[in-house]
Amino acid sequence: MKFSIYRFNPDVDEKPYMQDYDIELGPTDRMLLDAILKIKEMDDSLALRKSCREGVCGSDGMNINGKNGLACITPLKDLKEPVVLRPLPGLPVIRDLIVDMGQFFKQYNSIKPYLINDAPPPQKERLQSPEDREELNGLYECVLCACCSTSCPSFWWNPDKFVGPAALLQAYRFIADTRDEATNERLDNLEDPYRLFRCHTIMNCVDVCPKGLNPTKAIGKIKDALLKRSV
Amino acid sequence: MALTKQVFDTVIVGGGGSGLRAALQLAEAGYRVAVFSKVFPTRSHTVAAQGGIGASLGNMQEDNWLWHMYDTIKGSDYLGDQDAIEYMCRKAAEVVYELEHFGMPFDRNPDGTIYQRPFGGHSQNFGEKPVQRACAAADRTGHAMLHTLYQRNVRARCQFFIEWMALDLIRDSEGAVVGIVAMEMETGQVVVFQSKSVVLATGGAGRIYRSSTNAYINTGDGMGMAARAGIPLEDMEFWQFHPTGVAGAGVLITEGVRGEGGILLNSQGERFMERYAPTMKDLASRDVVSRAMDQEIKEGRGVGPEKDHVLLKLDHLGPDVINKRLPGIREIAIKFAHVDPIKEPIPVVPTCHYQMGGIPTNYYGQVVVPKNGNPNSIVPGLYAIGECACVSVHGANRLGTNSLLDLLVFGKSAGDHLVEWLKTNPQHRDLPKDAGDFSLSRLARIDGSTSGESVHEVGAEIRRTVQNHAGVFRTDALLSEGVEKIKEVAERVQRTHVKDKSKVFNTARIEALELENLIVVAQATLVSADARKESRGAHARDDFKERDDKNWLKHSLWYLEQNRMDYKPVNLKPLTVESFEPKVRVY
Repeated sequence: MKFSIYRFNPDVDEKPYMQDYDIELGPTDRMLLDAILKIKEMDDSLALRKSCREGVCGSDGMNINGKNGLACITPLKDLKEPVVLRPLPGLPVIRDLIVDMGQFFKQYNSIKPYLINDAPPPQKERLQSPEDREELNGLYECVLCACCSTSCPSFWWNPDKFVGPAALLQAYRFIADTRDEATNERLDNLEDPYRLFRCHTIMNCVDVCPKGLNPTKAIGKIKDALLKRSV
Repeated sequence: MALTKQVFDTVIVGGGGSGLRAALQLAEAGYRVAVFSKVFPTRSHTVAAQGGIGASLGNMQEDNWLWHMYDTIKGSDYLGDQDAIEYMCRKAAEVVYELEHFGMPFDRNPDGTIYQRPFGGHSQNFGEKPVQRACAAADRTGHAMLHTLYQRNVRARCQFFIEWMALDLIRDSEGAVVGIVAMEMETGQVVVFQSKSVVLATGGAGRIYRSSTNAYINTGDGMGMAARAGIPLEDMEFWQFHPTGVAGAGVLITEGVRGEGGILLNSQGERFMERYAPTMKDLASRDVVSRAMDQEIKEGRGVGPEKDHVLLKLDHLGPDVINKRLPGIREIAIKFAHVDPIKEPIPVVPTCHYQMGGIPTNYYGQVVVPKNGNPNSIVPGLYAIGECACVSVHGANRLGTNSLLDLLVFGKSAGDHLVEWLKTNPQHRDLPKDAGDFSLSRLARIDGSTSGESVHEVGAEIRRTVQNHAGVFRTDALLSEGVEKIKEVAERVQRTHVKDKSKVFNTARIEALELENLIVVAQATLVSADARKESRGAHARDDFKERDDKNWLKHSLWYLEQNRMDYKPVNLKPLTVESFEPKVRVY
């Protein structure tokens, strides 16, 4: 199977280049990550992040034939050759397929990604109805792989100002949680021409999310909540 | 060469469940704590836990911690230390409620309480019938828990060193641990971190097996660091084979599937667990189920063209239960087994999953070693928690849901103990003059290599050797041959060649360093397993089929130096209740 992979090592390369590989796959090579590791067996200089190899840790986000995804849950049989692999777009490249996620996590931290409830906790669990808990489905499952934010043109242009789909999804995860008491503060924090309103519902985020989540919908719900608050 | 130095109160190596739980106690108490992780914390392997956290909340039926304690001791095949097990089971409800208060998105019952599901080996009234004790967030409990703990640490402004790999412990002339040497992966820079205490929370080493549910990062780094620093590893012959790894792929299918009503079938469509465990059936403990599956396959009742797996049937649960309680499993089955469990069974096979042994500790997380006749002498300044530690609450076989509980309980207890310990130990001890030299010499070997075998080849040989010689069933011939083979492989580890000499995010060099940790764990496993002439929990020998309490009711201790074994007694005395005396184990 043929691959064309983005290579750049600032230690030795003046500029990035694409390197071609042609490898023979074994019967147990099902996913793109299996193939990349086979390439790495031959060429140990190829750098990428990886860990769980089952799509729950979010390490191996990359741009696969033009679309962001997780290599470990991308079946090889669905890919057109040569498979073109590039680092996630819009973030600085550290080396090869490894990008600097600093800006992405800065935005994540900016939405206060933790439950805020200053009331003294009860002796047992806080109660929550199954219906209220269901509001968190489609939100809490995010693996922070950054596939969505780095496919979003608004994030490319303003990664320092626009929170981006991943962090906005998490912002809504806490707004939607009946146990959280900081909805107003959270909405204040997002009521800004850039932080929230740079989302132009292009919906690339929904298209690429490897977990099938829908950040655009969550962003819409934040906008609704702001509207409701203003009337 | 003089290395840069940074100073902290406590250094925690590992950003998974236990490391984050400990960090939280220290950060909230205002101490200078640094958490080191090879990966961004939410990518730690805790994220992959699926089924639940064991705690006798009693939200579904009557339950209490003493039953949980009994189940855990019986599950451990009586090798678990009963003081630590009592401590864990008593604390379970408290740490689960805390996690809920931190924001954990547990599933809920109609009355708003936390939903709990049945799990293997957990019973009501000392083994009478299964009980719903596993507190669950769908089948993504580990993911939800890890993210919640990370989020809480963001709130506490805990300091992280992300994508740093810890290389070695620093001990002074009195044996106290006074810091670590670590390397920033992005730049290759090596730094000495001086600290009053070090907590190892590096997780397990399931990657020593070829067929494993474990993440690539699970390379036993903490065990390698401890063993190189002269600390023994405890009970390393006990590896849990999870009954339901996806055949061929190794990816985990939670026991929660059987908790929700899924059953195992052989090629004749028979629910064979009824024969092996008449009361608990498919919910017997994992070692029992894995051996039964292996037996079925051995006797020709396996499924598939190679008759090499069995089937996990859950379509009878209906789409509603599957989509609501097991959505992640459905996703995994479709992706990795190409079956939709709503319609078809999932092909499964016992797969290496969890390391019961590890760095010996007490229930405060303090590392303990034999010294001057005391089998549990404290190593000043060193703690270990989570899968890399051996408290020992899991003994010879861990019950499902007790690993997440272990992380929370002992992460917290180590954190709390450190908060007090730091008050009475306010000074840093001096660093030895040669601090860092040993790590630098290890790096120099890798950086200076000009020829040799690839890290991948030698790694594959470790995995092949351990898989073939220390699997579900073991024999004297297999084990003694395995011990010799792994010795040879250990020599090959010292002769590997890394072509990539770059400083920037050099993953080839990281893998070479990981290999040096994997081989430590692999040797400990084979030597400890060869030495134990009995069958207990996950250690099943064809030539010593019975448990032998007279000779072997004791913990193994393996030392890297001279590859030698020592032993220490099991603590059969709980903290407040009466001992559970060893009995024949029937499910």
